[in-house]
Amino acid sequence: MSGINLHGIWAIYRTEMARSIRTVWQSVATPVITTALYFIVFGGAIGSRMSHVGGVGYGAFIVPGLIMLSLLTQSISNASIGIYFPKFTGTMFEILSAPLNAVEAVIGYVGAAATKSVVIGLIILATATFFTDVRILHPVWMVAFLLLTSLTFSLFGFLIGIWAKNFEQLAIIPSLVITPLTFLGGAFYSIDMLPQPWRTVSLFNPVVYLVSGFRWSFYGLGDVGVGASLAFTAGFMALCLIALAWIFRTGWRLKP
Amino acid sequence: MPAILSIEALGKQYKSGHKALESVDLSIERGEIFALLGPNGAGKTTLISIICGTVTRSTGTITVAGHDIDHARREARQRIGLVPQEIALDMFSTVLNTVRFSRGLFGKAPDPAYIEEILRDLSLWDKRNVRTMELSGGMKRRVMIAKALSHEPELLFLDEPTAGVDVNLRRDMWALVRKLRERGMTIILTTHYIEEAEEMADRVGVINGGRLLLVEDKDALMRKMGKRQLTLTLQAPLAAIPEQLAEWSLVLAEDGLRLIYSFDAQAEDTGMPALLHRLSELGIAYRDLDTSRSTLEDIFVNLVEKAA
Ligand SMILES: Nc1ncnc2c1ncn2[C@@H]1O[C@H](COP(=O)(O)OP(=O)(O)OP(=O)(O)O)[C@@H](O)[C@H]1O
Ligand SMILES: [Mg+2]
Repeated sequence: MSGINLHGIWAIYRTEMARSIRTVWQSVATPVITTALYFIVFGGAIGSRMSHVGGVGYGAFIVPGLIMLSLLTQSISNASIGIYFPKFTGTMFEILSAPLNAVEAVIGYVGAAATKSVVIGLIILATATFFTDVRILHPVWMVAFLLLTSLTFSLFGFLIGIWAKNFEQLAIIPSLVITPLTFLGGAFYSIDMLPQPWRTVSLFNPVVYLVSGFRWSFYGLGDVGVGASLAFTAGFMALCLIALAWIFRTGWRLKP
Repeated sequence: MPAILSIEALGKQYKSGHKALESVDLSIERGEIFALLGPNGAGKTTLISIICGTVTRSTGTITVAGHDIDHARREARQRIGLVPQEIALDMFSTVLNTVRFSRGLFGKAPDPAYIEEILRDLSLWDKRNVRTMELSGGMKRRVMIAKALSHEPELLFLDEPTAGVDVNLRRDMWALVRKLRERGMTIILTTHYIEEAEEMADRVGVINGGRLLLVEDKDALMRKMGKRQLTLTLQAPLAAIPEQLAEWSLVLAEDGLRLIYSFDAQAEDTGMPALLHRLSELGIAYRDLDTSRSTLEDIFVNLVEKAA
């Protein structure tokens, strides 16, 4: 192999970003409106009747969870559509025939999906500051979690896009798995508020670790240790990478 | 210099169990136009797809300009351009953007002047800012060709480039192929139109049932197998071929009303004038006279039938 196909990576990244920009209104308006609604309902209507959680006002408390919810769903749906679409339209042949290796293709697609997620995450954060007082205790860790989560779940979305054989399968993981897990994963409450056995059961929900670590970077409080959160995210990323390496080696669902 | 494409003992069995290719060997020289002929399901697309890396192979080795397509993937692939049988385009992209994308994907730095040149060659320049979904089918096919040419490949695959294309576009396509060849490009095309192979190819390969039945220089093939026939419709039927005509290989058909003489089209002395002379000497009168030349199509049908 002579060097890296930088032009190839850039071509994919740019085209994927162009796709997002074409649909910029859906891309940006949806999360902003959803977030505003959450603040009105949870932060305003319900939150005003809720006491502070761990010394943080309820409105501020749900900010990390809300961002996490969007990061997960956006990363998965962007990355999965990004790679599913060429399969659907048949343009995949070009990607498969190009002098591009697996790593390069993944950098292009996953990089673009993760970029979009990070941008959306930041937009939500900015929106949140209009509704509530957001402090960030550990900004470097906050950015690290933002990037790591976006990347990991974009990788996961990429896998789903390769696995999916139709649009229903494409939508099923985000709507049937990720959203419920996020709602049950302490996005809107601390799992300490749950009665047993639900508190223990929640520890088996991977999203708990993501939300907890992210919230720790904001307010210094989490349901689980920040080390566990990091280890979980990194471990999940490693699993996705292993699966991807296998897919590209065998051509599974990509090549007959 | 190694052959631009070399295939050895290539085999493919799909997951369904279907054997689409069996021990295919083929070597393609630089600068030639090679036409791959074969009926539906013969394995043409499978062969091309394996070389281009969009389908996995079961056995065999393939090198492009001496580079193994597995071990020197990049070197091999950047030399190849593929226009697949089915049109597949990013519907929302403009013509220019999708062609630029292809060039980048294949690892080449942008070259606006070159892209403009191919778009002009393909009469697409005026449509460069149109989204591909707004183009007609023929235009879309040209965009597919522009994409395949965008990275200046040395070896171009055209999988049925003229299927479902009108006569004008077909002529354009042929002209384009010739122009590309003049610039030194090697072209492998598949087609169902024998006239297309006859018109353009330097060499012809016939594939059927996953086996490459024959690879030959087109002219040699035509010479070797190309026969001409003289058919005479007689005024009165003959019971048998007269002895005086024994030196010509004649066949009597349609109850003795038709006399058919087959001869080598390329031969110096076809024997035809002598035959006609002898007939008049014998007083055998004919109403009609017709000659025909066997085409690549006859050869092809012959081969495929024999193999079946
Ligand atoms: N993905 C696949 N899975 C199983 N069998 C396949 C697959 N693709 C092609 N085949 C089979 O392999 C054989 C060769 O197909 P191929 O597309 O290579 O033929 P072809 O010569 O290009 O035909 P055509 O002239 O119709 O394009 C056919 O019998 C086809 O049904
Ligand atoms: Mg075909």
